[in-house]
Amino acid sequence: MHLRIPSGTRDVLPDELRELRAIERALLETFERFGYGEVATPAVEYDETLRLADIGVRPSYRVVDDHGELLALRADMTVPIARVVATRYPTAEPPLRFCYAANAYRAVRPHRGEMREFRQAGIELVGAPAPDGTAEALSVLCRSLEAAGLRSFRVGLGDATLYPRLLDHFGVEPAARRQILHELATRDLVGIDRELGRLDLPADAAELLARVPRIRGGTELLEADGGPLADALDGLRTEVALLEGDIAERVIVDLGRFPRLGYYTGAMFEIYDPLIGEPLGGGGRYDELLGRFGRALPAVGFAIGVERLHAALAGEERGERVS
Amino acid sequence: MNRYGLTIAVPRGALLTETLDALEAIDVDAREVRENDRKLLFGDVGIVTMRPSDVPTYVEAGAADIGIAGKDVLMEQSERQVFELLDLGYGPCKMVVASVAGPDAAEEALRRLGVVRVATKYPRIAAAHFERTGRQAEIVEVKGSVELAPLTGLVEAIVDLTATGTTLRENGLVIREEIARSTARLISNRVAHRVKAAAIDEVVERLRGV
Repeated sequence: MHLRIPSGTRDVLPDELRELRAIERALLETFERFGYGEVATPAVEYDETLRLADIGVRPSYRVVDDHGELLALRADMTVPIARVVATRYPTAEPPLRFCYAANAYRAVRPHRGEMREFRQAGIELVGAPAPDGTAEALSVLCRSLEAAGLRSFRVGLGDATLYPRLLDHFGVEPAARRQILHELATRDLVGIDRELGRLDLPADAAELLARVPRIRGGTELLEADGGPLADALDGLRTEVALLEGDIAERVIVDLGRFPRLGYYTGAMFEIYDPLIGEPLGGGGRYDELLGRFGRALPAVGFAIGVERLHAALAGEERGERVS
Repeated sequence: MNRYGLTIAVPRGALLTETLDALEAIDVDAREVRENDRKLLFGDVGIVTMRPSDVPTYVEAGAADIGIAGKDVLMEQSERQVFELLDLGYGPCKMVVASVAGPDAAEEALRRLGVVRVATKYPRIAAAHFERTGRQAEIVEVKGSVELAPLTGLVEAIVDLTATGTTLRENGLVIREEIARSTARLISNRVAHRVKAAAIDEVVERLRGV
């Protein structure tokens, strides 16, 4: 008999699961040590609840339950935890700290070997605004990855408001602004230059707008020379200033980062390992999401892809690239 | 490995010679690649060669840090998460709609049958173009010579890439519309773009001057 399992799902057998659990244990212990309490929520939510968050990710599975209600499997844990905060902690004094290790479900792009069901571990820090909340989340991120045994990782740090602020500063009109931000989200630098060339901007403005998406490197980049860029970097500068030295050293400041979709309103993180061709996870500030659920609080969080972290750890052990 | 410490995905085919010229101009030794058209992996100089449409696949996954791909390939695979860093300028060509010379069979099909059949190796670009221009098209994906399709009555029109238009002319086809222009682009992997920023910026700056 040929018994299949749904495409994009997999069985995990003891040798692998033992290693995955050890990784999750190290992550969760670190989260707990920083005061984050573990929560579990249902894998299925009402589709309309997930839609409220408008995270721009297609759910991989939608089902109709026995009452005819449309349900969807969660695409991340951020939205369910936002719902928990709004409904179970409507009056609790912030900040609130939650962590999780849970499966999430997303639609895949074809022929990439992507999984519809995957495992994430992460935190949500609710009611802690920038810069302190951001710095705390970055610290927990780095300490938890170190606890899991990862050595050579870097954390990309961008700011979703940085480039829009520059465009506003130079008075770029809405249609062009939208097109430029689209090129920026896909990091099409040729496209950005083309769109900028169509505008009637002073030479120094055009030069700055063309240069910023290309800037990434150490935190010394935040010591910019006055002017509109220095103003736009205020947020990142105050956040980085709060980091411990060894964590700041892991940061790659990335001024060209702009979210493709989703709920990010400020700092955005991404975890890179030189051995893996895709980010191991990421996160950022989402100061407006909770408001959509009826309890307006600033928040920040991250999610680590446990399977990808496992692959990176295995790669570091062998000392070779695994992608 | 080359002086930049970057693995470079190089497309075999129309862009190969100029790509190797460009790499040699920035001191990546490509002699062996020129001399050996069967070998695929040149680890000593950090070059991997492949079919052009595979370049975004390798770069997206991080099996190569950077690569060279035609804009046509990038447009067809627009969902690939790679960063486009530089227009290299060479390999200019146009993505066009063409049909058999004389009265346009595509136009007649649209007018009388309400739908035009279009053969192409670029199904997504073709579908998007006809959708954008409000015409119903039935896209037929072919792998070999697209010019054959309208000559045999398989379709009324084709969407294909042309540099000089010679192949189209020789097969009695004429260009009806231009969809987009393409040149070679330098692309990079998302993670390499951050963790190998200095090396990649040096490649970009030097290639810009070539």
